[in-house]
Amino acid sequence: MDKPLVIAGRTFKSRLLLGTGKFASPQEMVRAIEASGAEIVTVALRRVELDNPEDSILSHIDPGRYLLLPNTSGARDAEEAVRLARLARAAGCEPWVKLEVTPDPQYLLPDPVETLKAAQILVKEGFVVLPYINADPILAKRLEDIGTATVMPLGAPIGSNRGLKTRDSIEIIIEMATVPVVVDAGLGAPSHAAEAMELGADAVLVNTAIAVAGDPEAMAQAFKKGVEAGREGYLAGLGHSQKIASASSPLTGFLGS
Amino acid sequence: MSFYDELKQVAWEDIRREIHARTTEDVERALGSRACTLDDFVSLVSPAAEGYLEPMAQRAHSVTEQRFGKVISLFAPLYVSNECTNPCVYCGFNVHHSVERLTLSADEAAEEGEYLRKLGFRHVLLVSGEAPKVITESYLQGVLRRLRPLFSSISIEIYPMSTEAYRGMAAEGVDGLVVYQETYNETGYLTFHPGGKKRDFRWRLETPERGGAAGFRRIGIAALLGLDDWRIEAYCMALHARYLLRHFWKSHITISFPRLRPAAGGFQPPRLVTDRNLVQMLTALRLFLPDVGFTLSTRESAALRDHLIPLGITSMSAGSRTEPGGYTHGAEAEAQFEVADDRSPAAVAEVIRRKGYEPVWKDWDAAFIQRAS
Repeated sequence: MDKPLVIAGRTFKSRLLLGTGKFASPQEMVRAIEASGAEIVTVALRRVELDNPEDSILSHIDPGRYLLLPNTSGARDAEEAVRLARLARAAGCEPWVKLEVTPDPQYLLPDPVETLKAAQILVKEGFVVLPYINADPILAKRLEDIGTATVMPLGAPIGSNRGLKTRDSIEIIIEMATVPVVVDAGLGAPSHAAEAMELGADAVLVNTAIAVAGDPEAMAQAFKKGVEAGREGYLAGLGHSQKIASASSPLTGFLGS
Repeated sequence: MSFYDELKQVAWEDIRREIHARTTEDVERALGSRACTLDDFVSLVSPAAEGYLEPMAQRAHSVTEQRFGKVISLFAPLYVSNECTNPCVYCGFNVHHSVERLTLSADEAAEEGEYLRKLGFRHVLLVSGEAPKVITESYLQGVLRRLRPLFSSISIEIYPMSTEAYRGMAAEGVDGLVVYQETYNETGYLTFHPGGKKRDFRWRLETPERGGAAGFRRIGIAALLGLDDWRIEAYCMALHARYLLRHFWKSHITISFPRLRPAAGGFQPPRLVTDRNLVQMLTALRLFLPDVGFTLSTRESAALRDHLIPLGITSMSAGSRTEPGGYTHGAEAEAQFEVADDRSPAAVAEVIRRKGYEPVWKDWDAAFIQRAS
């Protein structure tokens, strides 16, 4: 029996987080969210009109069923990210924030220095901070030390659908982490999500691969299964792959048994 | 090194020869490669690629969808003045045209802004002619202070300014800059711009760089299609965008595709750009520049705009009026160009939805750039 995912004291059954950008319509987004079984959905603050309850994204997501996790996508430095997070909280959002500081609008790679700075400020102000980072094990530890609720290393650049290109570093992050590790960005197929979960990631976040799929709802379900299969494989104890056969002991056989 | 120095290395005739020497084998190689290089791009804008528009469109479609998603952003231009000191031969605002001139007061600009906001717009593009004595920096500040509470993103397409002046605009809440080079051919440029401040080719060409230095988040460029050979203009735009991406890596670069439209003065574009040409240029640029935003204005017909949506477009204007005061007071002053797609913003949004995209009215927040105020 698997333990539930716990982030900052809150319990979640699903280990798949969904991003809400890039969908062809709010209806399609809602269907995909439901099919995915996700309980945490991220929403870009820049897309939202915080002072407008009729907002096109917010009005479609039931806050009773889902934890709405606002992200600071578009922020280029710590100051901007902090300002956005404060605005969201002032507007009545829960004090959770997915911290994204991506100064380059091309690959949307996270700025480690500004992310760390922003995390320091936000944690101090009582936010539950889930930082998006490159797969840098030391940065992950530094953020954990500050008090972030998770770390969210990327598998590949956002929207690239290229899979777990940072696999080796993510393995180290998982090995060393004391907070949940959520692999975020770059996962383009259910098998990529399964691979991350097999490594021992606590959860994954997917957006582009589902939103731009031919059938987003079916793809959301496929990712759900990929995540579950990967998790079960991890819990079942995957055999270690070994380069040499272990049946015989050519170097130590002389010792007898 | 500014882009002016880079562009000087481009010999117009050599590029033309190079483009026309490309074969269908070159095009197929370009379409088969994982990342489109500048050399591939040359093949894709060549006459040899004209038989490959469908595969180019297919690739452009999927690249755009993956990078930007199934969404199209909407914005509206807000013309504050048609005063202009330049005699650009193709433009309705040409100083020599005896047309009705009008500069909106801050109150009138706010009235236009309120109207656009009610229609749903949250991104606005402030437009004027080049008349710095009338459209002064303090005039613009006054207008911006009224518009800032109404919109989540404000871009400007006014006359080229200094870096310092752009910093002032950014401080008033402007986050984007649009400036068309019109043509990248310096010799031709002088013919089309026979006088006025705009005659200074280099000052205009380096405007996006000054905007980048001032920290604008979005920088838009374009060639006015119809002035010169579109294939070479496209090549120069590709170089320009690449230069800006490398030097101003924190800014989002956008490209527009303005084809010359009838305007006061009856100017006939010397180099007609056909619909097929436009599609080839757009899709080739998309394959070379997967992360650059592509903007389509109401200069194009409703039918063509609808067809172009899935080929790489990421933002569109809708319901545009190109005369100052046009939204709330009708056509009292001369328009810059004739609008071909006169559908309402709601109607355009509906078409976008029907095409399988979500129309996005807000994709930015003024709070990003508003310092403690």
